[in-house]
Amino acid sequence: MSLQDKDRIFTNVYGFQPWNLAAAQKRGDWDNTKDIIARGNDAIIDEMKASGLRGRGGAGFPTGLKWSFMPKESKDGRPSFLVINADESEPGSCKDREIIRHDPHKLIEGALIAGFAMRARAAYIYIRGEYIREAQTLQAAIDEAYSAGLIGKNASGSGYDFDVFMHRGAGAYICGEETAMIESLEGKKGQPRLKPPFPAGAGLYGCPTTVNNVESIAVVPTILRRGASWFSSFGAEGNHGTKLFQISGHVDKPCVVEEEMSIPFRELIEKHCGGVRGGWDNLLAVIPGGSSVPLVPAADIMDAPMDFDGLKAVGSGLGTAAVIVMDKSTDIVRAISRISYFYKHESCGQCTPCREGTGWMWRMMERLRTGDAAVEEIDMLYQVTKQVEGHTICALGDAAAWPIQGLIKHFRPELERRIHEHNAQFAPETREAAE
Amino acid sequence: MANRHTAPDTPELRARWGSFVFTEANIAKADKFIASYPEGRQKSAVMPLLDLAQRQVGEETDTQGWLPMPVIEYVAAYLDMPVIRVLEVATFYFMYNLVPVGKFHVQVCGTTPCMLRGSDELIAACKGRGMEKGKVSADGLWTLTEVECMGNCATAPMVQINDGNYEDLTVERLDAVLDALAAGGTPEEGTQEPGRHTSEPSGGPTTLKEMVTENHDYRGEW
Ligand SMILES: Cc1cc2nc3c(=O)[nH]c(=O)nc-3n(C[C@H](O)[C@H](O)[C@H](O)COP(=O)(O)O)c2cc1C
Ligand code: SF4
Ligand code: FES
Repeated sequence: MSLQDKDRIFTNVYGFQPWNLAAAQKRGDWDNTKDIIARGNDAIIDEMKASGLRGRGGAGFPTGLKWSFMPKESKDGRPSFLVINADESEPGSCKDREIIRHDPHKLIEGALIAGFAMRARAAYIYIRGEYIREAQTLQAAIDEAYSAGLIGKNASGSGYDFDVFMHRGAGAYICGEETAMIESLEGKKGQPRLKPPFPAGAGLYGCPTTVNNVESIAVVPTILRRGASWFSSFGAEGNHGTKLFQISGHVDKPCVVEEEMSIPFRELIEKHCGGVRGGWDNLLAVIPGGSSVPLVPAADIMDAPMDFDGLKAVGSGLGTAAVIVMDKSTDIVRAISRISYFYKHESCGQCTPCREGTGWMWRMMERLRTGDAAVEEIDMLYQVTKQVEGHTICALGDAAAWPIQGLIKHFRPELERRIHEHNAQFAPETREAAE
Repeated sequence: MANRHTAPDTPELRARWGSFVFTEANIAKADKFIASYPEGRQKSAVMPLLDLAQRQVGEETDTQGWLPMPVIEYVAAYLDMPVIRVLEVATFYFMYNLVPVGKFHVQVCGTTPCMLRGSDELIAACKGRGMEKGKVSADGLWTLTEVECMGNCATAPMVQINDGNYEDLTVERLDAVLDALAAGGTPEEGTQEPGRHTSEPSGGPTTLKEMVTENHDYRGEW
């Protein structure tokens, strides 16, 4: 079982070849897009449902189903919008960047087809502000597509009018959350909204809106060209398709690579990353889906299938398939504490459990890092994570809680060892001996 | 949340920036941004306009640029928005500099994937060259900031300096980039690993090898 090059969607993922329209067309993009659109809105949505594609932004919600929540007609004249989430800021994630800078036409063609299917008037691509060169490429690709009549009035000769706009962020992880993204697009601070109403009912400018990840949209044209059954022939039941994995940390050769869903962890690393640094015995733990998911100790991850259900079964998740590998030289408490700092830094501050909790958890993690704590405080920290989890407006609170819960679950002896070692310095015998 | 506060609003600041207006070229750009949003939704353009303003300040001061209060007020007036709404946006997003920065804003990523591959040494090297977090160096060249994940984790560790990313860094490679910038050069952006193109495994891709030398069309094999 091994994905062949002919079945890879992102053939220019490394940018060895130009991203421009002429080169993209030679690779198969924008090939008779009009015919795909002519199949009709519902046929496209049905095909996407049948393909088994689950959202690539982290939550894994079925894409076709999500599109079907959009209104079929506008009773009050409100237009609908597609918002494409190119905010990619989850630590470990670096795949959407490769699509945007090396295969942008797949994304723009996908925007047109997805936008048409959900009867949207326009797409806004919200790209994180730090992707400066990537935004330059994306805007140039959008301009090319307009000039060639592929988007805009009578897009691709389909009779459908559809605009694609790019909106640059300015450095705020929280804008990746879909309602924060909408607020930001409206010219405000990116603070998540309470749901309901859900975006499909009232999103951007109060209009029906669907937010989808870059990869979710960019795979659409190929799925429709090759058919749902082609896409669903990859991966385990309920986890279909091909997927961009991003492997960072302690492997010999970190990389981004498109593979079949459900590929076992060991095979992924052996095949593309030259193995774990120092050999498999040197593997300590892996964060398999970006900073928001709990770590998995070496023994549990080795043979785990890299998909939504397989990683759930080992107490973690696929997230964005950002695989952070840590060998035995890692200060595991510091690695997780640095993630806690990230969430403290990125909390938007509007709910108390998250605003106060992320700072509190980080400071506690820093004390555990040096062992300057009491053993009972491990349980107290765990309880605080439980008080944050599920008690906030958006999932950033959960994302801040889970990595710490994973650490406590799997590395409690290490936490206790540090506490005992640290506190031993102040034990009476040692003090007497020192005097 | 991070602590962010604006530069003191002094008579000198007013004197220097009170008459800020967009250049003609930037007015054209600003109006194009505004036209990307529906009628009456011009405040959606506040983010691109703040970026444009910061870049213009940068050109006028030979730095990466920042947002003095009178410039924020100018953007508010341009979009017919209350100043407080624009100030909220300027203080919420980290890429808006609220105080002056150096010619080169050296932003070292310190998040876990970069940390695992040596960002500590990069930060130490920057400090060793006299950079201080959040300050402009005495020669006006450098401001150091530790930033959160920049989405380059498979080519970590990395720094972003103004508009360019430098990836797969070691202390020596970073020094070479910084020396070149200080000397007025334009070091090549992207990975600094010899022989590596972008995010393929170092030493050559394990997939899609045809693509290295030709724009291969795989459809014939479908
Ligand atoms: C704090 C937070 C940050 C997020 N960041 C991103 C992101 O950078 N990119 C992304 O596609 N989705 C992100 N999401 C998920 C989005 O809210 C949304 O579920 C996703 O864009 C839906 O797209 P999909 O259905 O195609 O996966 C984030 C969610 C949360 C709670
Ligand atoms: S959970 Fe945190 S990031 Fe999300 S809305 Fe509340 S304060 Fe903001
Ligand atoms: S952690 Fe540094 S780029 Fe992702």
